Amino acid sequence: MNDDLLSIKNLSTSFRISDQWYAAVDNLSLTVKRNEILAIVGESGSGKSALAFSIMGLHTRARMEGEIYYQGQNLAAMSPAELDRLRGNEISMIFQDPLSALNPLMIIGEQIEEVLLLHESKQTASPKKSRKHRKEQAIELLQKVGIPRPEHAYGQYPHELSGGMRQRVVIAIAIANQPKLLIADEPTTALDVTIQLQILELIRRLKEDMAAGIILITHDLGVVAEMADRVAVMYAGQIVEIASIYTLMKNAKHPYTRSLMSSLPTVNDEGAKLHVIHGVVPSLKHLPRQGCRFRSRIPWIDESKHEADPQLHEVEPGHYVRCTCYKDFHFLDY
Amino acid sequence: MALLEVRELKVHFPVYGGVFRRVIDRVKAVDGVSLNIEAGQTYGLVGESGSGKTTTGRAIIGLNPVTSGRILFQGEDIGDGMRRSRSRFRRDIQMIFQDPYSSLNPKKRVLDIVAEPLRNFERLSAAEEKRRVQELLAQVGLSAETIHKYPHEFSGGQRQRIGIARAIALKPRLIIADEPVSSLDVSVQAQVLNFMQDIQKELNLTYLFISHDLGIIRHMCDYIGIMYKGRHVEQGTTRDIFENPQHIYTKRLLAAIPDLDPKQREIRHRQRESVRLEYEEAYSRYFDDEGLACDLKPLSTTHFAALPERG
Repeated sequence: MNDDLLSIKNLSTSFRISDQWYAAVDNLSLTVKRNEILAIVGESGSGKSALAFSIMGLHTRARMEGEIYYQGQNLAAMSPAELDRLRGNEISMIFQDPLSALNPLMIIGEQIEEVLLLHESKQTASPKKSRKHRKEQAIELLQKVGIPRPEHAYGQYPHELSGGMRQRVVIAIAIANQPKLLIADEPTTALDVTIQLQILELIRRLKEDMAAGIILITHDLGVVAEMADRVAVMYAGQIVEIASIYTLMKNAKHPYTRSLMSSLPTVNDEGAKLHVIHGVVPSLKHLPRQGCRFRSRIPWIDESKHEADPQLHEVEPGHYVRCTCYKDFHFLDY
Repeated sequence: MALLEVRELKVHFPVYGGVFRRVIDRVKAVDGVSLNIEAGQTYGLVGESGSGKTTTGRAIIGLNPVTSGRILFQGEDIGDGMRRSRSRFRRDIQMIFQDPYSSLNPKKRVLDIVAEPLRNFERLSAAEEKRRVQELLAQVGLSAETIHKYPHEFSGGQRQRIGIARAIALKPRLIIADEPVSSLDVSVQAQVLNFMQDIQKELNLTYLFISHDLGIIRHMCDYIGIMYKGRHVEQGTTRDIFENPQHIYTKRLLAAIPDLDPKQREIRHRQRESVRLEYEEAYSRYFDDEGLACDLKPLSTTHFAALPERG
């Protein structure tokens, strides 16, 4: 038995645009271990959220191919009813926008109890718990995610809470049943830095307390550097580089990863020019399907340096880079 | 003389309630903010949501009513009697909005969007107008054919540049940029920030740059003001703020910036913990019962912080 909690094999998720199928996630494989935070980084349109929704089985109109093994069971082959037994229980998700993830007409407490109740109903062996007990549990959860005066918050509606507090409620719901696998899709994007820090601390503690596997989806390299054990960089539906956080921050190889890093304002560059990636992220319909997908963004690199069918190469143990063009990559001087 | 001088600006919003919808309370969104911006410089206004930074920017350009205080542009008061004396300066102050999706009218073509300020202030023939708009679009790096397109045909970064073209159409002196890149991807962010620096030099622009992202503020600004609950807690040059922060709130904000070096995690964690403890311990000395900061006290000719009286 290996350590892999989640193992994705050759997953493709395609969407239909005027009678044609286009893969937003394209033949992607990765693993997540217990007690590990795997960060998935990429810009909008890279397919990172499509990947998260595929794992959760939340796409309704997409065509999925490939396997998603969770503790040996293939999620991709499960019926919705079977999936429901896992979702919200062992596997749960923190959504990006806390306002649309919460029901505006229900008080916070009931929304948490709902998840607890669903969990109980799936465990027919244990006797039903009382309402009072569930309420205690809900308040305990609110306390755990750091909401001040949890008894008071229990009876409040989402609109009465600030953005940071709402996101905490979403997290409380996601961890209510002590998930083994947690997918956090841009959990702090809408939040202020000090609140962001608290939410990240909370997610980190989850990993430590429950030895959960966590997929953290973000476009913020700072958040990645603070949180991740391993990082997968996505571009145009594919993983272009994957490595431990230490390796990636020190020794990034793929042109896309390096470009992303140099477009961030850093400490010692006051007033200097930021790196701009040439061109734009191609839309799903216009993704290059042959050859290196990043090719059009680095036109000064000779065509012959790219592979015809770029594969992930292991450049050092655990560090994979797609396409051989990284060997000859250099930035253009301005 | 500073290009823009804001003195003791207050913006209070009434809260209505009760049977007769009377004013029962006031939200003090901005409560005594003063700042100076020299021509050609970039002043960064930082704070968390609800700190009043956007309200300050909107009050300066006249989108929010001023409760009290003075706004001086080139020494002349523009906070008062808005419509009359303001019009002279109206074209000198422009704004770039946060969200390039909602700040461009989806029913208008790019030509009409960018030409709107020109139509308000200048009488141009249709041909002249078109030429000016194409010049402006070229300046922001968009091709001349785009004038007949609609906003939805552009990416986020391109839209933001259309917003910038509109803002610079009247050759303003001061641009208020409210979170101009927060909704953009990092690589597009870099593009817009570079571009803003380029046109600043080219057109000798002055920026009031509003953001919650301290990394970007540090990159862009000469002078920084940190706001909390409608008041400044600290003000100084970029160096003063980042290398010698004095207020506990500033220290807390700086400590919360994610660090790109994963090896520093443990150290950062301990630093943050100690900053947090200091913050909680000292909070009641730095802020009054309503959570308002003390008045700013000078620490040097450039550096001011809202520190409590000693003793």
